[in-house]
Amino acid sequence: MANNEAWGSRVGLILAMAGNAVGLGNFLRFPVQAIQNGGGAFMIPYLVCFILMGLPLLFVEWSSGRFGGTNGHHSTPFIFDSMDRRKFWKYVGVFGIFTNVAVAAYYCYLESWTLSYVWHSLVGTFDGQTQEQVAGFFGEYVGLNNPVQPIAFWIFCLALNTWILSRGLSGGVEKVAKIGMPLLILFGAFLAYKAITLEGGTDGAIFDGTMGLNFLWTPDFSSIWTAKVWLAAAGQVFFTLSLGMGSIHCYASYIKKKDDIALNAMSAGWMNEFVEVVLGSAILIPIAVGYFGIDAIMEKTQSGGLGLGFETLPFLFQEWGGITAVIAGVFWFGLLFFAGVTSSLAMGTPVMGFLQDEFGWKRGSSALAFGGIVFLLGLPTVLFFNYGVFDEYDYWAGTVSLVVFALFEIILFAWVFGMGKGWREITDGADIKVPNVFKFIIKYVTPVLLLWVFANSIPSIYDKIKNQDMHDLIAFYNDPSTAQKEYDGAADKIKHLSPDIVSGMNVTIDKTVSADDKKNLFTVRSLGAKLDKIKQPDFNKEAEIEKINKTILYRNISRSGLLLLWLGIAYLVYYAYKKRIKEGRFTS
Amino acid sequence: MSTEALIMMVVTESVITLVTGYFFYKVLTTKKQPEPDSYSENDDDEVVAK
Repeated sequence: MANNEAWGSRVGLILAMAGNAVGLGNFLRFPVQAIQNGGGAFMIPYLVCFILMGLPLLFVEWSSGRFGGTNGHHSTPFIFDSMDRRKFWKYVGVFGIFTNVAVAAYYCYLESWTLSYVWHSLVGTFDGQTQEQVAGFFGEYVGLNNPVQPIAFWIFCLALNTWILSRGLSGGVEKVAKIGMPLLILFGAFLAYKAITLEGGTDGAIFDGTMGLNFLWTPDFSSIWTAKVWLAAAGQVFFTLSLGMGSIHCYASYIKKKDDIALNAMSAGWMNEFVEVVLGSAILIPIAVGYFGIDAIMEKTQSGGLGLGFETLPFLFQEWGGITAVIAGVFWFGLLFFAGVTSSLAMGTPVMGFLQDEFGWKRGSSALAFGGIVFLLGLPTVLFFNYGVFDEYDYWAGTVSLVVFALFEIILFAWVFGMGKGWREITDGADIKVPNVFKFIIKYVTPVLLLWVFANSIPSIYDKIKNQDMHDLIAFYNDPSTAQKEYDGAADKIKHLSPDIVSGMNVTIDKTVSADDKKNLFTVRSLGAKLDKIKQPDFNKEAEIEKINKTILYRNISRSGLLLLWLGIAYLVYYAYKKRIKEGRFTS
Repeated sequence: MSTEALIMMVVTESVITLVTGYFFYKVLTTKKQPEPDSYSENDDDEVVAK
């Protein structure tokens, strides 16, 4: 059966593409990255990386997708296969299916939390709860203390995604984007207004909401030359635009050859930036800083934005009281849900395109197959969340795979397919004039930037493979004396600081404290908390070490499973290729 | 907010908002391609030969 999917309208396509890019990361990851990388100092590298890496890769993915689509290919294995006669490119394209399936496996679970929290905000579950109780609720939720509700919401979310996908691009995906994106912007605008107008001394807030904005936007030009900041900025641009996943290729493969991609790509890409920079920076951090101060937020965001988003904000919304608290909760988690669902739908389409193109499956069966695979793959992330399975999927499929895939695709596009042909693909039917400088950027700058990002990631990939963080923790539990010495040394160096500064909530931005003193003070605070934990009478070293060993085991099983998944998809691609040859269908 | 933070925020957000608005406006106002194009909603429109 021929794959006869089509977009209903141009605005629908752009909103679906923007919805694909706008995800939970716009609201939870971006502000955290900005906070962790110097606030205002982060913004300049971020915008430069958007121009030098984000936009070029958008052009590459949109045009590769349209090129493949005109030859009847709607998933990256055969889109890449059609771009060069060498046969191995289709196995590079396997990443474009693998990533979507593996990311959807944990992403749909995360999406289900947002739905569940909309429900709990509505029924007033968090009314009158303390910060510890709200955080405890989240711990119990993901720890499956009462498994029925998390699993029910997760299955509902999977079923919803499957049903929407079975309605097709124009009848399902596009309709959701047309409803979801405007609502997301509306919810975001309301919350941003509330956050910015938050006043210290009212509604339980200690500081003004603008204090968080001030920290986020105060430029620190000295740290612009720090490699770490650039690496974080490049990484954020990459993830926020959903580059290196294969979903953009798939959506673009349903565009006809003479239709524009240049203006569409720019419009969808900039729309994502609007949501991320204008709305994403104005909600989480201003509210959280208003209640906890900058130092605590720096500490709370060490492990990402999930904690702030799910453990802290529901508590802070209660401080606003009454109906405002309910509206804020529903809007915040509703916004996250729309951001999530428009992205997870995009993850389903490459898999469906592959099944429809290669095996003649109908749309409904393909959607069901996607839902079934995501259920099976997602089950370990639900059942063993506390053993790091969720994070393991996120790291390998949602982080490393993207960079590897993008690196290969830019080489294929600019150097193998050729920049001459590539440029024609980008500019054919374009409704705007694409500046010629992008030809140079795509050929030289973006590949070098990607190579640099990947090369700099190698040490952390190596540490991850060795489970270094877990082994370090075991070493700390077995012998805390080294940490104690470090703590004592740092504590000794800050003796001259006044008690007000030592217990201050905004030392990070205190210009009267030197950089060395800040570093030592934060070492004392973080190591102090760790050392306090092991000094507690109920601390059970053996039990903690056993949990760590179990986590290592589950992590290793997860990554083996992901490797098997990649190999399984590669085999399917090989099988489809043989089938094509047998049927005399076009390959490269 | 400090003046420098305010300037940085206003300039960045204004540029992003204006560029986003400009491209979306272009999408809304650019003339439709002759049929058959990529979009099914106007499939009933008259097919215009190139």
